[in-house]
Amino acid sequence: MSMIFIILPLAIVIAACAMAGFIWAVRRGQFDDLDSPPWRALHDEPDVSNQSTSRRSPN
Amino acid sequence: MSTLILTNNAVERRHVVACSRCAHCESDVPSGLVRAGDAQQFCCEGCRTVYAMIHSCGFGEYYAMRESADAGSTSAKPVIIPQKAYAEFDDPAFAALYCRGAAGGFQSVELYLENVHCGACVWLVERLPYIMAAVKEARLDFGRQVVRLVFDPLQVKLSDIARQFARLGYPPHPARGRNERELRKREDRTHVIRIAIAGAIAGNVMIISFALYGGMFHGMEPIYERLFHWVSLLLMAVSVLGPGRVFFRGAMAALRAGVMHMDVPVSIGLAAGSLWSAVNAIRGSSEIYFDSLSILVFLLLLGRWIQLRQQRKSRDAVELLFSMTPGSARLVEGDDVREVPIEAIQPMQIVEVRAGETIPVDGVVEHGLSMINASFLTGESKPVRVKAGDRVHAGAVNLSSKLCIKAESIGEQTRVGKLMRLVEESASRRAPVVRLADRIAGIFVVAVLMLAALTFGLWVWLDPNQAMPNAMALLIITCPCALGLATPLAIIAGIGRAARGGMLIRGGEVVEQINRPGLLLLDKTGTLTIGSMRVTEWHGPDHLKQIVGAIESHSSHPLAAAMSGAFGDSQSANVTNVKETTGFGIEGVVDGERVLIGSRRFMMAQGIVIPFRFAALQDEMGARAATPVLVALGSEVQAVVGIGDPIKSDAHAAIRRLRCAGWNVGILSGDHPAVVAAVARELGMDSSMCHGAVSPEEKLAFVKQSLMHGPVMMVGDGVNDAAALAAASVGVAVKGGAEASFAAADVYLDRPGLTPLAELVEGSRRTFGVIRRNIAVSLLYNVLGVSLAVAGLLNPLIAAIIMPISSLTVIVLSYRSRTFEESGSCP
Repeated sequence: MSMIFIILPLAIVIAACAMAGFIWAVRRGQFDDLDSPPWRALHDEPDVSNQSTSRRSPN
Repeated sequence: MSTLILTNNAVERRHVVACSRCAHCESDVPSGLVRAGDAQQFCCEGCRTVYAMIHSCGFGEYYAMRESADAGSTSAKPVIIPQKAYAEFDDPAFAALYCRGAAGGFQSVELYLENVHCGACVWLVERLPYIMAAVKEARLDFGRQVVRLVFDPLQVKLSDIARQFARLGYPPHPARGRNERELRKREDRTHVIRIAIAGAIAGNVMIISFALYGGMFHGMEPIYERLFHWVSLLLMAVSVLGPGRVFFRGAMAALRAGVMHMDVPVSIGLAAGSLWSAVNAIRGSSEIYFDSLSILVFLLLLGRWIQLRQQRKSRDAVELLFSMTPGSARLVEGDDVREVPIEAIQPMQIVEVRAGETIPVDGVVEHGLSMINASFLTGESKPVRVKAGDRVHAGAVNLSSKLCIKAESIGEQTRVGKLMRLVEESASRRAPVVRLADRIAGIFVVAVLMLAALTFGLWVWLDPNQAMPNAMALLIITCPCALGLATPLAIIAGIGRAARGGMLIRGGEVVEQINRPGLLLLDKTGTLTIGSMRVTEWHGPDHLKQIVGAIESHSSHPLAAAMSGAFGDSQSANVTNVKETTGFGIEGVVDGERVLIGSRRFMMAQGIVIPFRFAALQDEMGARAATPVLVALGSEVQAVVGIGDPIKSDAHAAIRRLRCAGWNVGILSGDHPAVVAAVARELGMDSSMCHGAVSPEEKLAFVKQSLMHGPVMMVGDGVNDAAALAAASVGVAVKGGAEASFAAADVYLDRPGLTPLAELVEGSRRTFGVIRRNIAVSLLYNVLGVSLAVAGLLNPLIAAIIMPISSLTVIVLSYRSRTFEESGSCP
């Protein structure tokens, strides 16, 4: 049972890591627009030379 | 306001054709857009264009992604969209206003696109970099209909991009208010992070609590119990002091302002609960409420967030429409005509306004002869004739032919601009509305504090050791979790349902305001009536209709447009020798017989006999506020056409429903009193409640005066109503109206007709019923809790069960209740 003394804090640390990841994603603007990306996923990108490689979400 | 006429045409047709599915995106096709005889139907021009483009480019596999792909048919042709030069997009003034530098010498700009309708639009708009190499990035925000472009200004002109969008079927407009949006985005992110932290903590504390509850029944070693207590104390502290801080901040602000706000009881509950639990946890007692507290923080934050999003949605719609006001003008310099942003026009310069365009400035007609529709300012539905030397106002629509106007005042200085300032002033001066929840919260806080004091006093007398714990338990159990959720949840659910039913409501207090019936003032043109000229009556042989339609199709006069629209401009009738006498009538020869169509004066001047029957009919029509037009075949009048602005088909029923809801219905219109009286008579309204020839400024004054006697709901569609809309307790803008009215209104009805207005009133009443029921239920739970606490029977298990159950009851009640009608996509 004394395992709990390690597991409980560890669980909280893991949860905190997940939380940090989420906050990072929010700050990067991943949750700004929830309507368009589902549609975007359906479209294949044709191979076009002028396409710039970075397609980052605008901040 | 040309959109107004367009929309109304669509409305007319809407009831005729049944609905079907879009061949491209499979949305329901608004029946106004259904084209009889076409194999494929499309919900918007975007889909039509995409459909044709996809097939012509060999991208047909797109449809293979769907089960019901309709392969092999390429019959749809790209539609022709009226071309606009968009030259103003290249003006330096435009770039300074809307463009921003981006990395690598690129420019970024945000544009509102019209007609963004479905997922296919995302596809098409974001394909732009493949069509135009100079465009580096196109990202469409589907919800807001805003595309963010990054382009190379050296390789491509913005006007080219704009034209490309227009060709694709998405006329672009500069997106105004960029800074505000950035601010809002930051605010949104903070909100999401707060909810996430509170949610994660609530979940974890809940799990620990289960262990503790288990321990209560089966026993637990004290050392583990202490561990669990300390861990949950730590987590709760993070939740309350982190995301939960907003409640304390809100409560402090409310106390400083001297008002009772929902944040006050929430804060007291949170603080009392936290401190009490913390003390107990440290002392090793088992009376802790960490789980309830962290769930409370999470649920309250979530409720607030949903409410905020709903309000945003309606404001976004308003913002979008606002962006569509004409931002450009065609400047004439010598022989050179170019399009510039409206800000670049100087007084004394000449602007050209083509038929169908909106006049951008206040000024004097330099040359040209045309009909203009100034109903937005005057409320008069009949078009006005203007010639050189006449004064025209910005916002009027030029109907028939090109006008050159010498600008006198621009932008803010125009009559519309001044009116808009009036709107802003009225809106900001509006008395703050006290919300029901806040009123109850005030009483609630006082009541709870008094009960706690009572319990304390009682137990000091009974058993001094139990006094403090029992008083604290009372404070915690009454922690207004359910009560806090009762009002916002019911309102959120109501506003959400209303939005799906085509009624965009700006905020919860609007729902409350609508619930207090008083005076309901309706604008006439465009609100009660369709807002454009239609044939309302026909007296004469039917075979003449076709001939009238054919002859009138040669004229650009607005009355002629009404007639050719109603009778069809079929070319089957062989019309020759058409001659128009502007302002009087038109004549032509059909199958060898002379046909004249026009006013009484026109007939008399041509020596035509007017039989008594038609002369009498003509007088009757005048009394009904319709314009009579005589039709003569040979040398005698054979038919008479009545043209007017017909009352919307659902107006009768809607007004009856509004009366049933307790509203006193009246008309406030800028149109001629005789016309107003005729409409009032037809709708069976009290003529003393109906006022005609009221200027925009007088409308505002009238509303302000009526407000002294009780709530006033104003319903309108034009700029002339905007100030009155803003001043009224509730301002409602109807579909098809001017942008200014949306900005000023509290509610925007996105569906044509007056039925949504009646639904709005009835829905608000039902929503209010739900709020009352929610408050009753949560108060019942609280009374139960209080009784137990006063009796000293409360233990953490009961508290932990009662609190979530009461919240759950309120949530279920809010979302399961029928409040506003949700209409399907086919009206």
